[in-house]
Amino acid sequence: MGEVIVITSGKGGVGKTTTTANVGTGLAKLNKKVVLIDTDIGLRNLDVVLGLENRIVYNLVDVVEGNCRIKQALIKDKRYPNLYLLPSAQTRDKTSVSPEQMKKLANDLRDEFDYILMDCPAGIEQGFKNAIAGADSALVVTTPEVSAVRDADRIIGLLEANEMKKTHLIVNRLRTDMVKRGDMMSAADVVEILAVELIGIVPDDENIVVSTNQGEPLVGNETLAGQAYMNICRRVIGEDVPYLDLNNKGGLMSKLSNLFKKN
Amino acid sequence: MVFADFFKKKSSGNVAKDRLKLVLVSDRANCSPEIMEQIKNDIINVISKYVEIDVEGLDIKITQTESEGNNGSVPALYANIPIRDLRNPKE
Repeated sequence: MGEVIVITSGKGGVGKTTTTANVGTGLAKLNKKVVLIDTDIGLRNLDVVLGLENRIVYNLVDVVEGNCRIKQALIKDKRYPNLYLLPSAQTRDKTSVSPEQMKKLANDLRDEFDYILMDCPAGIEQGFKNAIAGADSALVVTTPEVSAVRDADRIIGLLEANEMKKTHLIVNRLRTDMVKRGDMMSAADVVEILAVELIGIVPDDENIVVSTNQGEPLVGNETLAGQAYMNICRRVIGEDVPYLDLNNKGGLMSKLSNLFKKN
Repeated sequence: MVFADFFKKKSSGNVAKDRLKLVLVSDRANCSPEIMEQIKNDIINVISKYVEIDVEGLDIKITQTESEGNNGSVPALYANIPIRDLRNPKE
């Protein structure tokens, strides 16, 4: 039986789609059979981040409305034999699909796949309700900024109200240099405020932009973000992975400032 | 400690954290409109037993108030209930 995981955040632009693409690809690299579902109807993006935009024939709404079979709509990623994408529809809106239909779709895919990842749209309206309907657990993505953390808190509250069994937090786009000089909240600060279990810290990394430009997720490569995403994948499958030392440039000065921060 | 506090006040990261903690108290305390309406109706029913109140002018909301404990501001239920006639209580 596969596990259905929704990737959500409330606020837009914090890295939901990038996270979905990288966690999905990483799980496929770990030999899990994975399907990524873009639930952002009307604002389709997961396909371009994965570099699969030229191969779309059918989409999520076609499947739900019965215009095609699920298998016909799934795009197989040629680079990773275990990775599939169900793209969203670009010319429809969120009301084209209901939470019940999403739940049924997710359940239909459980037999075939180890992980079903739902890329949730921003906001807390219909699109959010659709994306979380069939999910067993949630990955909440936030950045260390007041607006993103506030929205993440709202989302966590809504997930609890909808009886989500597990909710994990990903702190994305952390800048260690800014944290060191006290001008950015640390991952620990964010975890303390949101009181939810952390599953990964992804540093702000220019390579993400490059990888999105190329349509090739960077999970598993030697970049810091690539390593951070792979660690998240290994934690998702239940491994106990220590956190990356993002402070590898830190010398005596950073240790001194850390001392001050603890006071 | 004074030295450390000096740095703490200056850092915008800590300012962000403190501001967030405050704003989340009121965000989390937000009751649904249905519950607020029920609270309002119950208050009207109770007070009306003793005095005649101006139901139209009644206003209730959740706000912040400083607690006497050490945890700063806490959510509070604020109710403004105009009384029409105090001298002639309903029987």
